[in-house]
Amino acid sequence: MITPGSTTTAKVREDWVASFEVEKIRKDFPILSEKVHGTSLVYFDNAATSQKPQVVIDTVQRYLSTYNSNIHRGVHGLSERATEAFEQSRKKVQRFINAAQAREVIFVRGTTEAINLVAQSYGRTHIGAGDEIVISAMEHHSNIVPWQILCEQTGAVLRVVPINDAGELLIDEYEKLLTSRTRLVSVVHVSNALGTINPVHEIIRLAHRQGVPVLVDGAQATPHLRVDVREMDCDFYAFSGHKLFGPTGIGVLYGKDELLEAMPPYQGGGDMIKSVTFEKTLYNDLPYKFEAGTPHIAGVIGLGAAVDYLNGIGLERITLYEHGLLEYATEALSAITGLRIIGTAREKASLISFVLDGVHAHDVGTILDHDGVAIRAGHHCTMPLMQRFGVPATARASLAFYNTKEEIDVLVGAIHKAIEMFG
Amino acid sequence: MSDLRELYQQVILDHNKKPRNFMKPEGADRTAEGYNPLCGDVVTVYLQLEDDVIRKIGFQGSGCAISKAAASMMTDSVKGKTTDEAQALFEKFHALVTGDGTSDPNDLGKLAVFSGVREFPVRVKCATLAWHTMRAALEGKGETVSTE
Repeated sequence: MITPGSTTTAKVREDWVASFEVEKIRKDFPILSEKVHGTSLVYFDNAATSQKPQVVIDTVQRYLSTYNSNIHRGVHGLSERATEAFEQSRKKVQRFINAAQAREVIFVRGTTEAINLVAQSYGRTHIGAGDEIVISAMEHHSNIVPWQILCEQTGAVLRVVPINDAGELLIDEYEKLLTSRTRLVSVVHVSNALGTINPVHEIIRLAHRQGVPVLVDGAQATPHLRVDVREMDCDFYAFSGHKLFGPTGIGVLYGKDELLEAMPPYQGGGDMIKSVTFEKTLYNDLPYKFEAGTPHIAGVIGLGAAVDYLNGIGLERITLYEHGLLEYATEALSAITGLRIIGTAREKASLISFVLDGVHAHDVGTILDHDGVAIRAGHHCTMPLMQRFGVPATARASLAFYNTKEEIDVLVGAIHKAIEMFG
Repeated sequence: MSDLRELYQQVILDHNKKPRNFMKPEGADRTAEGYNPLCGDVVTVYLQLEDDVIRKIGFQGSGCAISKAAASMMTDSVKGKTTDEAQALFEKFHALVTGDGTSDPNDLGKLAVFSGVREFPVRVKCATLAWHTMRAALEGKGETVSTE
């Protein structure tokens, strides 16, 4: 969906949708022609991890087979090439999220590590006993547990913004939770279990009014929406490479320069130092201060290729195309008797969680798999959220821009089989 | 569809819909909880032992068809058995669902309907959760059993 204030005209948007050549795009992803149980794969588990375009696979392979070496230290040619490719990727990511400087882009293992880094490095120096950290009721465990650990360490208190039955954050309640004790807000941009797109601009504006910094968990947003950290004015933004059509084991923490600069290192080791003696160690500058040890070089270079690939298609076009898929799938699934969609926010990414009367999500998953349809069944690492909706688990179909309406038809057919079997 | 039908046999679907002994029996003095963190399935098994024989057994909880039917049929099949007999039956059942070849389905009576599980390795934990929990209740450890 197009954000308010977008300058694109209706005509331009129509042209984008019309020119979206999904069949051509699908050819970029070799796995999409795989068979599962003898039938064509319908991959609807993109929120768990996305598939990789050939260009990402080739880029990683080229690094490993032609210039594999360590970075930032070798005097030899291979190391220079690897360092150059690694730092180019950082610049690609910087432009991708519109960060002001490349040094604000810290490479980490994934969203989880990014949040833990902020909790431990920023949290332990700025948050103390009686201080409050605000999160929402729709957070992934990775944006709950790091704060609980910090609370145990410091005596701080975790406050949770409630949501309504549609799965939308209650902004008035949020505002009430922002007090003189609030030290940090950490919220998800797009919910992995509901698909809700949170009003992060408003969340950040309200927090900043009180001088409170905001971390945004962007793991599920970056594959679907154009993210502009400066326009959003978030203080930290975390996301994962593998959900963004890049490799696993690599992710990004964006942080505003002045915040990162003042934060102590998260881990100690090589690459994060300027000089070491047994008496005193001088830490390196940003971003290296937070990148101890040899990083996932292949992952970083692969992520750079994924970012290039996405720019080639255009996030705005992806958003529009996926919105069409979401509308089609929502209508088709809503028409199934006994099916209830969990998460009906007005602003949603292309993800549908549902429960089926009399059929447990796991059984739905097994039966769908038989028709080649890969979905996720379970609590999606959001156990408090499942409790909020009074369901032990949901089945979740999460769509990417390489998915099609025909695949949604296969999903619907498979759901009918599950109903028939359990009827 | 054929191996799906093999997994979801009619008996399993029936027990899922109408689980037997789905309650806390009066006088139950041993309890254990089982939990599958992977999917959130939970089961509580209650039983009463008398001279080493399981006199009463029941369960409560929520889970998929496989885990619910397995719990229901487990309670039916161990009722009236000694603790050793119940343990031995679990071992045979475990061998059946993991397909290690040492179990003769004929020894298992009605429980043989779970033989289709061996084709679905991720569902083995669903089929064995209530059994692990029953064993924990027998051993009286009083702690939550986890499949992980």
